[in-house]
Amino acid sequence: MDLFEYQGKQLFAKYGLAVPSGEVADTPEQAKAAAEAIGGTVVVKAQVQVGGRGKAGGIKLAKDPDEAYAEADNILGMDIKGHVVKRLWIEAASDIKKEYYASVTFDRSAKKPLVMLSAMGGMDIEAVAEEHPEALARLHVDPLVGFQPHHGRWLVYHAGIDEPAQKGVLDALTKAYEAFIGLEATLIEINPLIWTADDRVVALDAKVSIDNNALYRHPDLAELQESVTDDEQERMAHERGVTYVKLDGDVGIMGNGAGIVMSSLDVVALAGGKPANFLDAGGGSNAEAVATALEVLLSDPKVKSLMINIFGGITRCDEVAEGLLAALDKLGATLPIVVRLDGTAAEAGRAIIAERAPANVVVEPTMLSAAQRAVELAKEAS
Amino acid sequence: MSILVGKDTKLVVQGVTGREGQFHTLRNKAYGTNVVAGVTPGKAGQDVEGIPVFNTVRDAVEATGANTSMIFVPPRFATDAIYESLDAGIDLTIAITEGIPAHDMMRVYTHLQRSDQRLLGPNCPGAISPGEATVGIMPTDVFTPGRVGIISRSGTLTYQISKEIGDLGIGQSTVVGIGGDPIVGSSFIDVLTMFEADPDTDLVVMVGEIGGDEEERAGEFIAANMKTPVVGYIAGFQAPPGKQMGHAGAIITGSSGTAQGKKDALEALGVRVGTNPTEVAEIVADTLK
Repeated sequence: MDLFEYQGKQLFAKYGLAVPSGEVADTPEQAKAAAEAIGGTVVVKAQVQVGGRGKAGGIKLAKDPDEAYAEADNILGMDIKGHVVKRLWIEAASDIKKEYYASVTFDRSAKKPLVMLSAMGGMDIEAVAEEHPEALARLHVDPLVGFQPHHGRWLVYHAGIDEPAQKGVLDALTKAYEAFIGLEATLIEINPLIWTADDRVVALDAKVSIDNNALYRHPDLAELQESVTDDEQERMAHERGVTYVKLDGDVGIMGNGAGIVMSSLDVVALAGGKPANFLDAGGGSNAEAVATALEVLLSDPKVKSLMINIFGGITRCDEVAEGLLAALDKLGATLPIVVRLDGTAAEAGRAIIAERAPANVVVEPTMLSAAQRAVELAKEAS
Repeated sequence: MSILVGKDTKLVVQGVTGREGQFHTLRNKAYGTNVVAGVTPGKAGQDVEGIPVFNTVRDAVEATGANTSMIFVPPRFATDAIYESLDAGIDLTIAITEGIPAHDMMRVYTHLQRSDQRLLGPNCPGAISPGEATVGIMPTDVFTPGRVGIISRSGTLTYQISKEIGDLGIGQSTVVGIGGDPIVGSSFIDVLTMFEADPDTDLVVMVGEIGGDEEERAGEFIAANMKTPVVGYIAGFQAPPGKQMGHAGAIITGSSGTAQGKKDALEALGVRVGTNPTEVAEIVADTLK
């Protein structure tokens, strides 16, 4: 789960990591009130999860509350690379002496936390790593030992952090690691981490991702999930416990198991179609699971045809077929549906559909032929 | 012969009295797996259709000599169950549980590096050596005894590919699900090493997916160390960056972990990669000719 900047900063503050004082605003009026409360020059920042907000005009300075009102009015509703701005973060402007970069990431490859620090902050860190690899200090931490002061010292010296800022950066790194562990994050990125004119070290941005599997231990973070999902179908799927990812095509796809669904998307694309989604109805795809999954799929108005790809293992294909018929009965879908059943009780399942399914449901014998048929039918329907 | 599970397997099941645990334990036993014990705290002295239940894994090992454990407990208790199995001296722990937090697995993995014990999973379907033994949740009807090894991050896709291969009259030595989480106990390389040493495996199919760099590293290992031919498959060409595709580990981060990147890396190292499960089976048949 990726958090918004303002959520990340509020969490940073809890871990004692310095952030500029700020407030959330959803309207120009709230932005004005926030600017009054904060006092002085403020920064009005669009809350969207996409890079390049500043260049797109989503971050503006405002000298007084009236300017904050005007900038907020301008930025709210703005479309930044497909993300519509619904919320702003208003914070005190900072007097920046220098910009650094700091992060703690979950390094899958090494299977350990990786702490990175650079004196070249405020820019794309992948570009820094490519062009100036010596400017990026990197250190893996043994998760059974934890982040020790000497780790921090090594990073600060090797990143070439300016002497007056070293102590503050060391402290920020320690707290960022505490936040990484405490929040069970997969990413804590501070870019830039600034050295201010009055020699403080402050997190000016916050990129935080939390491990979904750990949310059961963090009910306060789990509550944030609602606010970070802005797609209607994805929200509906989440509420119903269906594993769903929206894509932009017109062939709706459902299967049992993450691997076979990913493979189904690929096969639809190979057949010249565009998948509308990823949907894994799970191993035990009973009638209820099939009905819930169908409901989510059909709520996407772009979907022109469906491909249902089931490999029966423990799940029996005849039960899936019965579930599908019951779901169709309830939902009354009329769009073309291509079903491919294989594995346990596949023949019985196919027979059930051949005998009793409405005319818009057709059976195909293989994954490839099912994909081709679903793609053809989507093209005919559009 | 086979790898990981077979005639020598003496299985203890952690979470044996749960609904799923019991169901699959009995299926494994019916297939011929030597299931010697189950563990559920507080239920020592009971039995599950003749399988004795113990309070702790250590008690089960002392009483039965179990050498393999299968974990069926919910995610919030599963990390503890893995440590319990390791502490009891179990050689091979197979964690079926999906949803174990990544931070727990970072610590488990680091701990595991200090011993010779092996962990398969978590979030995996287990392993089967057709005709010998199965440990896990795989549908056994799909597999036939043979000489092709299969390693996969995904369950259903493994069944699909095994069936397509089976339809061409080719059976399997052992089929291994390594799991769909970002950190799993055994990597592709760990299992490829075992297949390379197995005289009864003539070819290996490696079924990968988006996320991480295990496939790329396996490609380098294959090129440098393997005489046994390997055929690859990668799922997730249509996956957008930053979205988890069902498995916790199936996610493209920035520009790394894409299906195209993995396919290109494998092919550059001389591994043939099929574009769909049917084509994978055809390449397998062609290579074995």
